[in-house]
Amino acid sequence: MVGFKFPESIKSRPVYGTLSVKSGVDHLMIADGEGAEAIIRLAKLNKNFIEKSHIIYIPKHTKSIFVDQLKELMPGQLYLGPSYPASVSRIRQALNNAKMGLQVYLAGTEGLIGQAQNECMSSGVPHTAIQTEHCGSVARRMQCVHCKGITEDVIMDPFICIHCGLNLFIRDHYSRRLAAFQGVCIDAEDPGNVPDAVELYK
Amino acid sequence: MTIQFNDESFRGEYTFTNSDHAIKRFPFPFHEDSYMYAVNMEQHQGGPEGSIYEKRFDVDEHYVSEMYDRKLVLTEDPLRCQSLPHMVMAGWDLLELIMVSKAEDYPDLFELHRDGANWRWVNKPLSIDQSFVFLDETTLPYGPMEYITRQTQGDFCILDQRNDNLWMDAGMVTTQADWSLDFDIGMNFFEWHAPVPKAHEMGIFIRALKFLLSIQQGTPARRLNWTMTVNPLLDTSPENYHKWGVQKRTLTPENIGQKQYLRVELQTFFRLPRSNALVFPIRCYLINLEDLVSVPKWARRLHRVIRDLPIELATYKGFIDNRPMILDYLAPFDDGQPTSDGVWPD
Amino acid sequence: MIGSTKINVIVSQIKVLNDLVTCFEFKRTNGGLLPTFSGGAHTIVEMQDGSVLRLNPYSIMSDPFDQARYTISVRRDDQGRGGSLFMHTKVKVGDEMVISYPVNLFSLDLRARKHLFIAGGIGITPFLAQIKQLERSNGYWELHYSTRRPSLGTFVDELLKKYPHKVSPYYDECDQRIELTSLLSGQPLGTHIYICGPKGMIDWVRQEATDFGWPDEAIHFEEFLAPLPGKPFQAKLEISDKVINVGELQSLLEAVELAGVEAPYLCRGGACGQCETSVIEYDGKFIHRDHWLTDDEKTSGLKIMPCVSRFEGKKLVLDR
Repeated sequence: MVGFKFPESIKSRPVYGTLSVKSGVDHLMIADGEGAEAIIRLAKLNKNFIEKSHIIYIPKHTKSIFVDQLKELMPGQLYLGPSYPASVSRIRQALNNAKMGLQVYLAGTEGLIGQAQNECMSSGVPHTAIQTEHCGSVARRMQCVHCKGITEDVIMDPFICIHCGLNLFIRDHYSRRLAAFQGVCIDAEDPGNVPDAVELYK
Repeated sequence: MTIQFNDESFRGEYTFTNSDHAIKRFPFPFHEDSYMYAVNMEQHQGGPEGSIYEKRFDVDEHYVSEMYDRKLVLTEDPLRCQSLPHMVMAGWDLLELIMVSKAEDYPDLFELHRDGANWRWVNKPLSIDQSFVFLDETTLPYGPMEYITRQTQGDFCILDQRNDNLWMDAGMVTTQADWSLDFDIGMNFFEWHAPVPKAHEMGIFIRALKFLLSIQQGTPARRLNWTMTVNPLLDTSPENYHKWGVQKRTLTPENIGQKQYLRVELQTFFRLPRSNALVFPIRCYLINLEDLVSVPKWARRLHRVIRDLPIELATYKGFIDNRPMILDYLAPFDDGQPTSDGVWPD
Repeated sequence: MIGSTKINVIVSQIKVLNDLVTCFEFKRTNGGLLPTFSGGAHTIVEMQDGSVLRLNPYSIMSDPFDQARYTISVRRDDQGRGGSLFMHTKVKVGDEMVISYPVNLFSLDLRARKHLFIAGGIGITPFLAQIKQLERSNGYWELHYSTRRPSLGTFVDELLKKYPHKVSPYYDECDQRIELTSLLSGQPLGTHIYICGPKGMIDWVRQEATDFGWPDEAIHFEEFLAPLPGKPFQAKLEISDKVINVGELQSLLEAVELAGVEAPYLCRGGACGQCETSVIEYDGKFIHRDHWLTDDEKTSGLKIMPCVSRFEGKKLVLDR
């Protein structure tokens, strides 16, 4: 599903681009699933910067499909993470040791991009300086505005909050700080009146 | 004391009431018989005597009860008051602005005694007498923003100014028109307004931002905004929407006069000197239809505004389902006569 | 008018710092407290020079927490329109003057992990206030300060004495130059750089930082342009229906104000965008000197920034 074109939306909804090489002292790339394809494409465009690159990759359901291709790029450092949470301490350390001039490239699902972007921002990288490219699933990372619980990989709208059980509809309103879209109770005014769930963008 | 403070509630039994004086000074927001977004900013340099515009931070009969309601909200959900780490200085700026303004504007209610950095703040209505050291957080029970906004009516957003934009990086938000500080904190001006329909396309926010960025010390500004709320509920938060949303269905032709409220926000903007941030107080005034129609001009005009409001706006403001019932109530007060210009009663 | 609330002050002290720079201290005429401000703010000083009223911006260099006084430094510019010469030669201790409330268009990004200041010559003044502000909050900062020769490095001794490990001076005449390459490549993530000085220096540091991959949001600079003298010209103000003559030593904005027409402004140095004015009709050429309008806007002939830009030609009609 590479290259999904998100419909026009409100101003708080993230907009993704296409990764391109920028001048910088070091390069940090974080990707999940099909996001590997964006990294591979980028590396083939410009071979010089790849040795100054640190790639953190979480294959998820793509398992080993892209792993060999990533290794063949011969990046300065390559880490294969079993999950995003398992990769966070490595991401944080890379950012702690980084100097100004670091370039950040994020590719993959909205959940990965949002959470990695948040780590970078916490380390002082402005969000506008972070390149992103969406690849793979269009499922969203949702915050329940009522109980504040996060539900990962939500694809059906409305959905049930896995924490408090309320029926939530999916808004395009997005918080970079929470790396999540907002889920709001759909039947607050008329309890029990919940429309059938439909898949996002279908 | 010059103001008689009500003992009332904004939840449960909803014992909130407006005195005749409060009705008379209510900030009716419609200067003509229709409504559409406008930047509608003006200088906040006082106003007619007794009006809500007269003082920099209006204190009215609801003060003590509103502060009690805020305390209840914060006890249940402390995330309604947040400040990103770089906003501490802006919090002190706000504390200074409010203490100085209130002590000057209401000397019978508030006192500020300053001896260098050693300050003493006296808030008579809330029985507070606090000595502290300015810029020393350890000498106050809360951070400076939380301390002073637990004693000041209205919500407060503190906006950091960077890169030609405003960033909502701190706030005390317990009387909001259905938006979440916890969700929106850290957003820029366009992002936190993202859910507002139509206004982006109209260029409203670009013009408003340009105006706000240029507000300087000594020249605060203000505007009004409005929505509708069932019951005098201050805390219409998204966090609790699953609890209060159902109240919208409790209107009947018999109770709508008492239960349907026009909710008006006085929004003001002040440059904060030490941090160069901007503070954006949002003060909420409530009036039910029964009290509102006691002013014939307001009754006629509200009927026309609600009737002609575009569907998107009525939906966004959350009263699309109740609009027919509201119109049924207001229609008998609209005799078709022309209304005079401006917001004031005839 | 936005941003131009006035304060009546008295010149309480004048200190000649070197051949070029003189420092002025202001106190409130009525003895009251001055407004607080944030480091990087400027004030607009009104100079009544005979029949000419000039309004020039100067960075406030005193402690932002000191409400008893403001101090500014004025560098003498013998080729300028006379504002700095007026300050140097006509202003005496005890004179009454009018200044504006502080306005900050060069404010610190308080989120920064580290503040890296690059100053050239008189461009040191906003940093003096910012350093005082940061010292109060235990801020992390470093200053690299370049001047022509030691005798003009007015504040160097004082700064070195107070902050020996944070200040590095450089003197052009001793062939000392800021080592930008090592400086820019070694800063921790979250550093913000601030540049104030001559245009050449600002352009050089901005370009280098960008080449090193620094994000735009982390690069701050302040370059106030003084309006330059030029050939006199005439302009018609359409809304107020007036024809004004702009003198050789006068800016278009000053001529508009002298005609009693209110025009908004904040910086009077081509930076803030407040005085942007639409051109209704023209026959001639614009001398755009601001850094507010885009190149496209400058060539369009539809806009002018009257604080620093001028016009040469037969006809100019403005939307004022």
